[in-house]
Amino acid sequence: MNTPKMTSLQRVLTTLGQQEPDRVPFFLLLTMTGAKELGLSLQDYFSKAEYVVEAQLRMRKKFQHDCLYSFLYASLEVEAFGGDTIYIDDGPPNAGAPIISKPQDILSLTPPRIEDHPCLQKVLEIERQLKAKVQDDAPIIGVVISPFSLPVMQMGFEGYLNLMLNQPDLFARLMQVNEAFCVNWANAQLAAGATAICYFDPVSSTTIITREQYLESGYQVARRVLPQIKGPTATHFASGRCLPIVEEVAQTGTMIFGISTSESLGELKKAVHGRATLIGNLNGVEMRRWSAEKAEAEVKKAIAEAGPGGGFILSDSHGEIPYQVSEETLLAISEAVHTWGRYPLDWAAA
Amino acid sequence: MGNCSLDFEQQKISLLNALVSMDTLSARTILTQPYDPCTPHQVVEQLVAPALEIIGEGWEKGEYSLSQVYVSGRICEELVDLILPPMHQSRRYQPKMAIAVLEDRHMLGSRVVYSALRASGFELAHYGSQTVDALAQRVEKDRIELLLVSTLMLSSALRVKRLRSLLEQSGRQVKIMVGGAPFRFDPALWQEVRADACGSSAAEAVDFAENLLKELQ
Ligand code: B12
Repeated sequence: MNTPKMTSLQRVLTTLGQQEPDRVPFFLLLTMTGAKELGLSLQDYFSKAEYVVEAQLRMRKKFQHDCLYSFLYASLEVEAFGGDTIYIDDGPPNAGAPIISKPQDILSLTPPRIEDHPCLQKVLEIERQLKAKVQDDAPIIGVVISPFSLPVMQMGFEGYLNLMLNQPDLFARLMQVNEAFCVNWANAQLAAGATAICYFDPVSSTTIITREQYLESGYQVARRVLPQIKGPTATHFASGRCLPIVEEVAQTGTMIFGISTSESLGELKKAVHGRATLIGNLNGVEMRRWSAEKAEAEVKKAIAEAGPGGGFILSDSHGEIPYQVSEETLLAISEAVHTWGRYPLDWAAA
Repeated sequence: MGNCSLDFEQQKISLLNALVSMDTLSARTILTQPYDPCTPHQVVEQLVAPALEIIGEGWEKGEYSLSQVYVSGRICEELVDLILPPMHQSRRYQPKMAIAVLEDRHMLGSRVVYSALRASGFELAHYGSQTVDALAQRVEKDRIELLLVSTLMLSSALRVKRLRSLLEQSGRQVKIMVGGAPFRFDPALWQEVRADACGSSAAEAVDFAENLLKELQ
């Protein structure tokens, strides 16, 4: 028996409720690909809300996937703090020189006000326009960088590790500023039309810090911030590992875990045990070399491991498809989900 | 070199414990003891390098975190500077080596590798963040034999191919070893961009440099 066809939002909500929808929901978290779609340079593409809206709508139609994505690039938040962004022709924009050049600078740092920054307003405009177009047909995914992960771009990774280890007072003050900004930024996006907020927090992953460090730092930050966000949140580790901290992450109140390709979906599914939904974990970096057959095999493998029973959204493992991944590959992924993702997943049980 | 007959097993475990708990004082006590008849260089080779290697490999397996890898590298680098100061006769200046970050501003990966090599007694230059063209010129000018390249972004990793072509044009043999996130997520990428080797941790850079040194001698 086939389940009646659902809208993308119904499909996603069903899987979040740990039930099987009509098919496995899948998110192509497309950012730079939109520039290729419109034939624009990356810098031009990211400069106007209208471009992003147009490309998001076109790409959803083309790839038949289940979300719209208002994320531009991580360094956008650093721009709001006074930093700059460096563009290249064929890859994601990166944060420029750190805005905090010595730890003492933290004392004079204040949270940027959302209304003062055109770069933030542009994202809100994207969300408003997308919401007007799709209404409740598909979820609009907004993004914030966690207050705990943002400092890598604000002060450089080495400076940040040293701050964390040696200057607890300044670290606490930096978290205070970043937390205030993060909560406002997330809530502004929800008010503009985002359905859910993806909280990118790779520095909390056990790829970067130990479980013990997480419990004292990233976990505490998430526990303070997530309950203040007035909508559902996904915690994404951007390809970092999270198996050893699953219990605690579940306690932060997040509904979705973004899973690395370096960890087993099956094992994680067992560990979250119906308390959260997994999103992942196709290898985006490798994807540029995938043939259609390889794409199909990878999609099948992920669905077989995590699809049964719901609680799973198929996606890449980082939260962004690299610029180099071809349209053919994305179409092959889409076709494979539409072929193999239909519930009930009898073939997977066999 | 004298005959170093000591068994460092016990010290290695103590050093490892000190390093992963970021206990500089204990690490210092262990490393600054006299280990007659072993030379400082032998101590570095048989005690420091293996401990760092265990931590680096443990990071790959998810047993240790990056902050432990980073801090232990820095602690060892400093302590090795004490027992084997720069310009010390047994510091290794060969192969002529440099490390650079290609295009990203992400220095941490290269910093960890740089510390591990220095903590293993090697000397090398750190060129910071470079574009392909500037890097090729610098490598030529400094007559580098082993170039270590660290990248964070896939787009930067792909540029190693052009770096290789530029270096080939000069006609001189330069080995390129690459590392960083894109190479860890796509194990076939290093060959595609025509590197000579790829390492997923700093310890692999130390091994590669050691083997190259043997080849050169
Ligand atoms: C933490 C993290 C973040 C943090 C901090 C990133 C940073 N360093 O600036 C934040 C949230 C800020 C972030 C943001 C982004 N990120 Co990010 N992030 C990560 C993550 C989880 C870890 C990266 C990291 O810093 N590791 C720690 C360092 C020290 O490790 P490392 O450089 O790999 O070095 C180790 C080894 O590789 C080795 N090594 C390194 N160099 C060399 C060299 C040689 C010769 C050898 C032998 C060994 C060696 O030794 C080191 C220690 O053992 C990775 C995924 C992952 N699991 O690795 C993605 C990842 C790096 N991010 C990625 C991307 C794309 C981004 C963004 C561009 C997203 C966007 N569109 O905005 C931004 C850019 C941020 C910026 N700087 O402007 C991609 C890059 C690949 C790609 N797709 O192009 C990755 C790989 C995710 C993925 N799977 O696709 N990210």
